[in-house]
Amino acid sequence: MNSKPARKHRFAMYWASACGGCDIAVLNLHEAILDFAERFEIVFWPAVMDAKYADVEAMADGSIDVTLFSGGIRTQENAHLARLLRAKSAILVAFGSCANEGCIPGLANLATTDELLTAAFEGPSTDNPDHLRPSPAFRAPEGELELPALRPLLATLDQVVEVDYRVPGCPPESERIAEVIGLVGAALDGTATLPPRGSILGAGWSTVCDECRRDRNSKRIASFTRLPLLVSVDADVCLLEQGLPCNGPATRDGCGAKCPLAGAPCIGCYGPADGVADFGARLLSAFASVVDANEPEQIDAILDGLPDPVGQFYRFSLAGSLLRGAREAHR
Amino acid sequence: MTEPTPDLMPRTGVYVCHCGTNIAATVDVAELSHYAGQQLAQQGVVVSRDYPFMCSSLGQGMIEDDIRELGLERVVVAACSPHMHEKTFRGACQRAGLNPYLCELVSIREQVSWVHTDRAKATAKAKAIVASGVLRVGQQVPLEPLHVPINPATLIVGGGIAGISAALEIADAGYPVHLVERQPSIGGHMAQFDKTFPTLDCAACILTPKMVTAGGHPNVTLHTWSEVTEVSGYVGNFTVKVLHRPRYVDTDLCTGCGICEEKCPRTVVDTAFAAGLGYRKAIYRPFPQAVPKYPVLDRDNCTFFDNGKCKACEKLCPPQAIRLDQQPEEVTLQVGNIVLATGFEPFDARRVEPYGYGRYPNVFTSLEFERMSNASGPTGGKIVLRDGVTEPNAVAIIHCVGSRDSNFNKYCSAICCMQSMKFAHLVREHTDATVYECYIDIRAPGKAFDEFYERVQAEGTQFIRGRVAEVTDVLRRPEEAHQDGRLIVQVEDTLAGRQRRIPVDMVVLSVGLEPQPDAQATARLFGITCSSQGWIIERHPKLDPVATMTEGVFAAGCALGPRDIPASVASGAAAAARILGRIAQGEMALEPIGAVIDAERCSGCRICNDLCPFSAITFDAPAGLSEVNAALCQGCGVCVAACPANAISATGFTNDQIVAQIEGLLGDHVAVPA
Amino acid sequence: MNDLAAQSTYEPVILAFTCNWCSYRAADLAGTARIKYPPNVRLVRLMCSGRLDPMFVLKAFASGADAVIMTGCWPADCHYRVQNVKALRRFQLLRRVLERLGIEPARFQRVYASAAEGQQLAEAFTRIVDEVRPLGALNWGRAGALESGPKPAPEPENQAQQQVPA
Repeated sequence: MNSKPARKHRFAMYWASACGGCDIAVLNLHEAILDFAERFEIVFWPAVMDAKYADVEAMADGSIDVTLFSGGIRTQENAHLARLLRAKSAILVAFGSCANEGCIPGLANLATTDELLTAAFEGPSTDNPDHLRPSPAFRAPEGELELPALRPLLATLDQVVEVDYRVPGCPPESERIAEVIGLVGAALDGTATLPPRGSILGAGWSTVCDECRRDRNSKRIASFTRLPLLVSVDADVCLLEQGLPCNGPATRDGCGAKCPLAGAPCIGCYGPADGVADFGARLLSAFASVVDANEPEQIDAILDGLPDPVGQFYRFSLAGSLLRGAREAHR
Repeated sequence: MTEPTPDLMPRTGVYVCHCGTNIAATVDVAELSHYAGQQLAQQGVVVSRDYPFMCSSLGQGMIEDDIRELGLERVVVAACSPHMHEKTFRGACQRAGLNPYLCELVSIREQVSWVHTDRAKATAKAKAIVASGVLRVGQQVPLEPLHVPINPATLIVGGGIAGISAALEIADAGYPVHLVERQPSIGGHMAQFDKTFPTLDCAACILTPKMVTAGGHPNVTLHTWSEVTEVSGYVGNFTVKVLHRPRYVDTDLCTGCGICEEKCPRTVVDTAFAAGLGYRKAIYRPFPQAVPKYPVLDRDNCTFFDNGKCKACEKLCPPQAIRLDQQPEEVTLQVGNIVLATGFEPFDARRVEPYGYGRYPNVFTSLEFERMSNASGPTGGKIVLRDGVTEPNAVAIIHCVGSRDSNFNKYCSAICCMQSMKFAHLVREHTDATVYECYIDIRAPGKAFDEFYERVQAEGTQFIRGRVAEVTDVLRRPEEAHQDGRLIVQVEDTLAGRQRRIPVDMVVLSVGLEPQPDAQATARLFGITCSSQGWIIERHPKLDPVATMTEGVFAAGCALGPRDIPASVASGAAAAARILGRIAQGEMALEPIGAVIDAERCSGCRICNDLCPFSAITFDAPAGLSEVNAALCQGCGVCVAACPANAISATGFTNDQIVAQIEGLLGDHVAVPA
Repeated sequence: MNDLAAQSTYEPVILAFTCNWCSYRAADLAGTARIKYPPNVRLVRLMCSGRLDPMFVLKAFASGADAVIMTGCWPADCHYRVQNVKALRRFQLLRRVLERLGIEPARFQRVYASAAEGQQLAEAFTRIVDEVRPLGALNWGRAGALESGPKPAPEPENQAQQQVPA
């Protein structure tokens, strides 16, 4: 155990457009949470304690030692908090898949804002005879109410503000979070050095296959299938070689290859390997390269086994990809 | 000392070539140079110049001076295609102490000034191209060429005059040659010819000594009746599999006495050497001067292979050399370089139906005429009709059969005018017949060709400028009544301005040259490219006319396109000279373009393992890593684009370089002027 | 500028990826033979169409290209034997992705050209420019720029507040 710091480091965590899973993952540190509490003073963390934005606004610039920012930037409120926390934080960490590459909420970039509102407020499970829609400003008896306006596209944190470090994963694995918090704490104590700004923390350099113990052969894919359609899954052989579209080859390692080792294809939540500009491009290129057909029709027949290619290749990374979304959403 | 560039961008010089007016007439070179100097300063450009001929020694000297005096770290030359002058400018950089790979040649001639006309649009595109070059070379790192050893043995495919010429040049220089020929004898088409234009030397007299020399040369290994089945490896180190088809003769024992041929009871029409005009036996030598001297048994026509009986050859062979149970044999050769001299195939005259070849017996092809006029040919050198006895009174020779014809081949076959006039001379020499030459244009550009044309005219041959419409035996006009049994050549005499119907006894179709029917398959086997017609594409049509796009594979003779004997010999010798230079060096420098795997990033997923057709990628199972063998890697980059872990990079074509190039092409100049 | 005026002066910018051995040579040949094609097409030379990383295509669209052409050797005539087939497989999958993202098939095309086919390559370029022009500008780069673009400099707001403590 490190010696007790002179003062506790000031810690913040915020959820923007996110599910809250990242917050749960941090709380899931088990006994390491005691070490955390020993070292850090929580100055702002809406998921676990009451706080007002005004309190943050009142803080001095750079006075928060480290902020874990989870979630993408979907609303003007998200953007405001991103800028605010950027200004107040010495170290701003894009925490989890949403903040880094948009994650599942980023798939909304396949649709226009109007389509999203229609789906949410007039969908088959919604009873809304008056076709009511949320409005940014509303006069209530209590006074003027404001709802944060939606931005046309979900943005990743680094598309809005400068980010110091990134922790990938949906959510990041708790043991990796413990490592990251330990490292950051030690760095703040002056007993460790952080890697260069912009680096990934809490994950590896390679991809999930590096951690996967399944047997691998050179690859030729004659057909793609899905888990429910398979009679049995060979427990020892690479899932991709069994026709299961496993995203492990393109997904950064760090999770311990939990899914493929449990017989479920990797879905890519740890994002791309180091230096990759577009996760989907990497993965689709890899899959297509080993499609075992040479004639256009035969190639198409095999590709038909991937009925939702954007969902397959961009499930977590669409908002952070080169094109960021569908053309309609850009308009 | 020099000023630093913004953001530590490498100090870059931009050199815009006018190429005389080739570029300057369409691209505003002064504006382009100004743009690079001003607008690309943020990208590291510290000097930008334009010059009339950048490739001149003065232009190169200017670049060298700037490298030394301004401390340039990168050079971009905006001029012609990198396939033209990349080496030139890299050389200039190297002389001035800059790693040659830090020089980028961008094409604003082939890609801009020669294909566009609008000056504003052309200049805008040129700016984008220069920007892309500056950004791309900014991401380049110093590289060193790869050196590969050169195996001194050479494979030559095709034993015609081009292949023989190449073989003898290399063998005489003291290096081993494997000469592969799919016919039973070397010699090719030239062995079938009678005389050669315009000198009228006897083809056999000049070819046979070459064949014999090649056959007996201690450095030449003949693989006749054989074909190449597999090629792997790369320049300096090819592995080639050659299939020896069975001759059914033990060539160690055979003396070439010819008794088997004499005693063989089966006679068949010789469609190959005698062009269908003569006969041969089922076991035969294709012609008396064949090299090697051994006969070959034609299994499809052999009585023994028909019904298991006969064996006359086996019983009567004095040295007991017949081997009716002989099997195909595959040999593996190691060679450093390859020459493809696979030749041509005469155009099939049947395809031009109006000329009646195959319908009218007295319509002959040029090859048939060659055999007929040959003293050792089927008619003993007599020019006679198909009946074998009647001398013609009138002969029409039709040019451009299958050539210069949009129905067949658009190209000129180059040799037909001269061979046609040679035929006219031979007809006049052997008979009293009137000869008509029906031509489109006379193409006689070679040495002493036009003189020969004049000589044939002086001999009385009638030249009719016009394409023949048809050859027919249907008599239509009253004056043709007494011409029964003759052929009428219908031709528009475009000089006289009238249609003519010329009665003749014999028609000779001067057929053009076509690529071998399996030319595309051959190209694939050797990893080279053919035109859509099937002629091998040269590395450069003017400056590198016997090299192909594939290092270590050369081409000679008519495989490159129609040409006459001296040109075939010259190209064979030229290919040999190229190869001898490499053998003399012992090794060769190759572009350092290849794939490199970063072991730290490789996850061992094995996506790339099966993608390399050159087997350059192997999997180190204990380490769980894929590896690239640099010597086998050809630098295509497929594995780089396939690697899901971003672990493979392409030297010279890294992602960073290509992305920078894309940004340059689309950057400030994204707009095309309206 | 109103839409009509913008439309009448709109010229697409098209990137064509070429392979070193066939289509780039064909482009050189088009030049040598002075065969004309519209200046909208700009070339990137790769060693093989098999080097064409789908990322390059996405990057081109994200950077403002209105269309991308993948050119290479004819099937079975690849300088690297079979590598253009790998390019074909990726082309077909990438096209599915692009279509889902709203990029019309006409904006991502493939063209085969042997080294001898300068004329054919120029004709294909001309045809594609004519096909893309009526589709109008894709404007991806500029649309993205509204929100700071892909791989952006972060959004400018209050610059002073954005300084990261060293």
